[in-house]
Amino acid sequence: MNENTVLEVENLNVFYKNNKSSLFSQNKKIQALFDVSLSMEEGEVLAIAGESGSGKSTLARTIVGINRDYTGRITKKYENDTPQMVFQDPYSSLNPAKKIGWLLKEPLRVDRNKKWTATEMDIRVKEIMEEIELPMSMLERSPAQLSGGQRQRICIGIALMRSPKLLIADEPVSALDVTIQAQILELLENLHKKHGISIIFISHDLRVVYKISDHVMIMKDGRVVEYGKTRDVYLNPQHEYTSQLLKAAGIIQE
Amino acid sequence: MSNPGKAFKRNIRENPYLLAGMIITALILLMILVGIFWTPYDPTQMNSAEKLQGISLRHIMGTDNMGRDVFSRVMYGSRITLLIAIGTVAIGTIVGTAIGAVTGYFGGMMDEILMRIIDALFAFPSILLALVIVSVFGTGWIQLLVALGIAFVPSYARIVRGEFLRCRNMDYVENARLQGVSDLRMIFVHILPNIKGVLASSILIGFNNAVLAEAGLSYLGVGSQPPYASLGKMLSDAQQYMFTTPSYVLCPGIVIVLMVLGFAFLGEGISRWK
Repeated sequence: MNENTVLEVENLNVFYKNNKSSLFSQNKKIQALFDVSLSMEEGEVLAIAGESGSGKSTLARTIVGINRDYTGRITKKYENDTPQMVFQDPYSSLNPAKKIGWLLKEPLRVDRNKKWTATEMDIRVKEIMEEIELPMSMLERSPAQLSGGQRQRICIGIALMRSPKLLIADEPVSALDVTIQAQILELLENLHKKHGISIIFISHDLRVVYKISDHVMIMKDGRVVEYGKTRDVYLNPQHEYTSQLLKAAGIIQE
Repeated sequence: MSNPGKAFKRNIRENPYLLAGMIITALILLMILVGIFWTPYDPTQMNSAEKLQGISLRHIMGTDNMGRDVFSRVMYGSRITLLIAIGTVAIGTIVGTAIGAVTGYFGGMMDEILMRIIDALFAFPSILLALVIVSVFGTGWIQLLVALGIAFVPSYARIVRGEFLRCRNMDYVENARLQGVSDLRMIFVHILPNIKGVLASSILIGFNNAVLAEAGLSYLGVGSQPPYASLGKMLSDAQQYMFTTPSYVLCPGIVIVLMVLGFAFLGEGISRWK
């Protein structure tokens, strides 16, 4: 593994339990990803694009360790660093029974690498609230009292609490309306520039992908169809499916 | 939001169930509390000169066939009934929630095994189950409490398991797992607060069932033993004198009804709480 590589995935195959399998049937598992490999440099933004069901989220969930049933290798540069994730739906990714302040502190409370004192936590929360550009008064609110964009900011804040080296954003703007989308993307870009954090950005929106990413990986049916520098892929798509997607998004003409 | 006291008052005004439930339950609790320190007569004191009297100023609920003051006995009996109901619901809720949470959260083989045991328990009518336990371990209100408690476990386990199944794959649970939250912390700190509404109303419904089941079982003669009596036992003692001294059967009966009604209203009120 290269000095600068923050994440390397080699020949990843991921399986799901087949819920429809009967007791004696042979295929108890469904394969969701086939032979996926990728490598990310420090501070890179990698976009994973493709239609729904193409395995984008499965890949993300395997990298962070939610899916454990896989073959192949996932190597991370920082062993103690758990990659954090921002989910698609800001309405279900915050615990409705808790206050915002409590939710922001939770990653610190369960931190195994460091014991945080109450004052340290307060200072960290204040820093993060400034980063995600929300007023401190929101700490006393519950998630239900926040708008979608505000919630997504909080989700990003929670993910950043322990300053992860790798952030995975799984369609972070798909559930938001267009103006809010732009704000959240801008926030992610700023954070990326400021902290040099590596981001895997999952999206089906190729315009957003172009705007934010250095590299892009196009997926279809659990396989990688194209992987390279975003600019190269957009200017000169090698695969039929990629040009289809670009056409459908109105980026290249027929 | 700005003024919790004001919001509470408005909530009460728009929620007659809650108000009624609070008033009735408060009256019952007051009667029980006073009964701990003072009763008009000794509840076990017999008096052959004052058998089977109706309602009077001297005995506001009359007397029973042994001349004991019914009001004093109701004060004492409600305490036993309430204790059994609280104990039953406590055992049912704690054990049921633990089983439901663990099976719902982890799933897999243990879920299958525990839930089949729960199913088997469910198949018995709870009164029958309690009768079996009481006949094995003897009669008495503690045995009755444990028996009813066990009979109440399955329904709570079911409810809680269902809620955990719903919650365990939510994004916020996965999010917390990514942060490194342990399973135990996830169950009690992250998921349990989200099902407290469901749990609260099922606890109050369970309370009613417990009061009624206790009355039913005492009526069958397996509950508290003489000379003390729970409300159900008083009813069964009184049935012979139903027509000669109606007050003897009506008074404990009305107290049972009020107790159940109070908790039912509270449950309804809480589920309508905004």
